[in-house]
Amino acid sequence: METVADTIHPAIPIAEARETEHDNVIQTDVTGTVGNPFVDTPRMTCRDVYVYYGDTCAIKNASIDVACNEVLAMIGPSGCGKSTFLRCLNRMNDTVPGCRVEGQITLDTTDIYHPSVDVVPLRARVGMVFQKPNPFPKSIYDNIAYGPKIHGLTASKGELDEVVETSLIKAGLWDEVKDRLAEPGTGLSGGQQQRLCIARAIAVSPEVILMDEPCSALDPIATAKIEELIAELRTQFSIVIVTHAMQQAARVSQRTAYFHLGNLVEVGDTDQIFTNPRHRLTEDYITGRFG
Amino acid sequence: MYFSYLLPAILLLGISGFFFGRSKAIRVANTQGGIQELHSLPNHYGMLTGLAVLLPALLLYGLWISIETSVVDKRIVNELPAELLEDTGTVSLYLNDIKNTLAGNITVSKDPEIGRAAERYAKIKRNYRSIVTAAVFALMLVFAAVTYQSISAKLRARNLVETVIKAILILCSAVAIFTTLGIVLSVLFEAIRFFQVIPLQEFLFGLTWSPQMAIRADQVGSSGAFGAVPVFAGTFMIAAIAMLVAIPIGLLSAIYLSEFANRKFRTMVKPMLEILAGIPTVVYGFFAALTVAPLIRNMGGFFGLSVASESAMAAGLVMGIMIIPFVSSLSDDVIHAVPQTLRDGSYGLGATKFETVRYVIFPAALPGIVGGILLAVSRAVGETMIVVMAAGLAANLTANPFQAVTTVTVQIVTLLVGDQEFDSPKTLAAFALGLVLFVFTLILNFIALRVVRKYREQYE
Repeated sequence: METVADTIHPAIPIAEARETEHDNVIQTDVTGTVGNPFVDTPRMTCRDVYVYYGDTCAIKNASIDVACNEVLAMIGPSGCGKSTFLRCLNRMNDTVPGCRVEGQITLDTTDIYHPSVDVVPLRARVGMVFQKPNPFPKSIYDNIAYGPKIHGLTASKGELDEVVETSLIKAGLWDEVKDRLAEPGTGLSGGQQQRLCIARAIAVSPEVILMDEPCSALDPIATAKIEELIAELRTQFSIVIVTHAMQQAARVSQRTAYFHLGNLVEVGDTDQIFTNPRHRLTEDYITGRFG
Repeated sequence: MYFSYLLPAILLLGISGFFFGRSKAIRVANTQGGIQELHSLPNHYGMLTGLAVLLPALLLYGLWISIETSVVDKRIVNELPAELLEDTGTVSLYLNDIKNTLAGNITVSKDPEIGRAAERYAKIKRNYRSIVTAAVFALMLVFAAVTYQSISAKLRARNLVETVIKAILILCSAVAIFTTLGIVLSVLFEAIRFFQVIPLQEFLFGLTWSPQMAIRADQVGSSGAFGAVPVFAGTFMIAAIAMLVAIPIGLLSAIYLSEFANRKFRTMVKPMLEILAGIPTVVYGFFAALTVAPLIRNMGGFFGLSVASESAMAAGLVMGIMIIPFVSSLSDDVIHAVPQTLRDGSYGLGATKFETVRYVIFPAALPGIVGGILLAVSRAVGETMIVVMAAGLAANLTANPFQAVTTVTVQIVTLLVGDQEFDSPKTLAAFALGLVLFVFTLILNFIALRVVRKYREQYE
C-alpha cells in the first residue's frame, strides 16, 4: 500500500538518504534529516516546510509525519524553531506579522495552507495548549464552554453541561472543581489552570493537540499529573508536545524529533533517540554537551 | 531703588558661595592626600555653602516682601490724625490716595496733606528696606562664614545637602496640597453661608431654579428660588447624551485600532484622534452653537418636531465628540494591557478576531474601560464652555433633549459674571453649586481610580 506521504510527494529523496546501513554510524551532516520521519497512517504530514520571519529563515526544509494516537515530542536547544514549527500545525503563525510558511502541511490529506481552508474549523481540529496557563478571566464553566459555544457544537444547555463535564473528567480536573464551576478559572493553582486549558482544548473534540512546553511553568507534582494526563489522552488524540525537559520527552512520547538551529536533525522512536542517537548533534544534546 | 537688586544679589552670592565652598573642599582634600579622603564630593561642600548663603537670606527676603505693606501701612496709620481713624473706610481711602500719589496716578482728593503723607510713607518704606537689606547681607555673611569654617574632611556635606533637598521637595508638593485645600475650604465656607439663608433640603430637592433676587429693598423682583434639581437634571441629561455619543464611538474605535488595524494605520490615525482632545473647548462651543444647533433645529423641523435653537442635544452631541479621544485612548491602553496569551488561547480554539474581542478581551479589559468611562463622565459633567454657548440658560425641568436646559457650570458662570454682591444668596448659590459639582466629580474619580487599580492588580 502506498503511504499518504508518497501520494502527496512522490519523489522524496530524504527517506533513502536517511536509511543508514548500520545503526551505530554517527552522522554529522545537518542538511537533511536522519532517521525515518514518516509513518504508515499519518494524521498530519509536513513536507519541505520552510518558515520565514521577514528575511530570517526559522525552519529549513522540515518533513515529518504525525501518526494517529501517538505522542510526538519535539526537543532541541532554545531558539531551534521547535515552537515555530508547532505553531505552523494549526496556523497560529498567521497572527504573527511578517511570518511566512512555505511547503505543504496536511491534516487528513487536506492541505491546511490552501487558500480555501478556513482557520476557524482547522483550529477546532488542531487544538493548542500553551506554555503559560492562560485561562480566560471567566468562570471555570465558561472557560470550557467557550470553544463549544463559538463553534456551535451543542444545541442545548444540557448538552453543553455534558461537554463541560466530560472534558473536565478527561482532563482529570472534574473531582477538584465540580463544586465550584462558577468560580473564576484564574483562581485555580498553576497545575489546575493548565489542566483547565487542556480541558478547554479537548472540549471542541480536536484530532490533534499541540502542546507548547505545557509544564515549564509548573512544579514537579503538577508536571507529573499533566504527564499522566498526556498518556491517557493519547488513546483518543494525536499529541505533539514541545518540551525543554528531555526526561519528559522520554517519559511521555513514542517518537521524538530533534531540532537544531531551524533544521530537523533527527526523528526516530523515542527509545532509539535516547539510547542510540544516530546524529552527532542529537547525541551531544541528549548527553548534555549543550542545550 | 537698590532694593530691587537685592534678589539677584542674593542669588549671585549663593552661586559664589558654591564655588568658595568647593574650592575650600578641594584644598582640604589636597592637604589630606586626595578627594577620596573627603567624606563627600567637593560639589557637595560647594552646594552646602551655597544653600547656607541662599536659604536664610531668601527666607528673610520673602518674609519681608509678604509683610512689607501691612507693616508700613500700620506705621503710617499710627501717625494719622485721630479724626480720620474713626471710620475704617476713610482710612483705606486715604491709604489708597497715598499709594496712588507715589505711583504717579491721579488721586481723588487734592489735599496737600496727602502729598506730605506720601513722602513720609516713602521714607518709612526706604528706612525699612535699608534695615532689611543690611540684615539679609549680615545673615548671608554669618552663614557663609560658619559653613566655610566648618568644611573639613569629616563634614557630612552629602547627607546635609540630601536633607535640604528633601525639605525643598516636600515644600513644593505641599504647595499643591495646600492650594487644593484652600480652594475646597473657600468654596465650602461660602457654601455654608449660602445654606444659612437657603435650607439645604430646599437647594437639593427644590424643583424651581430662578436665582434672580431683589438686591435692594425697594427693587422689584422675584424673591428667588434655589431648587437645584432642574440644574442637575440638565447637567445629567447633557452628560448622558455626551456619553451615548462618546462611549460607542470611542470604544469601538479603540477596539479597531488596537486589535484590527495594522501598525501603519494605527500610528497614523491615533495621533489624529488625539488632536480632537487638543481643540479648545471654546471652539467646540461655537461649533455647537453655530453649526450643530441650527442643523438639529432644521432637521427637527423636517420631522415635524419643535426644537429649540439652543438644545441639550446640540451641546451633548458636540461634547460627546470632544470626549471621544478620552474614552478611546484610555480604552486602547487597557485593551493593550490584556496579555497576548489570552488572545493566543482564544485563537487557538478557533475563535475569530471579533469573537476573541467580544468574549475574551472585552470582559478582561472591562474594569479598566469602566474606569476610563467614569473619568470621561466627570469631564463631561464639569465641562463649561460648550454648554454655555449651546445649551442655554433656561432652567427647564424636562426630559426632552430638544429643549433648552441649563447645567451647573453654566449657572455658576452666569451667577458670577458681572458686578455682584458677595453676600446675596444669588451669588453664594454659585459656591453651593460648585461644591456639589466638586463632591460629585470627586466621588466619580475616586470610584474610577479604585476600579482601575483593582484591574491592574489582576495581571501583575
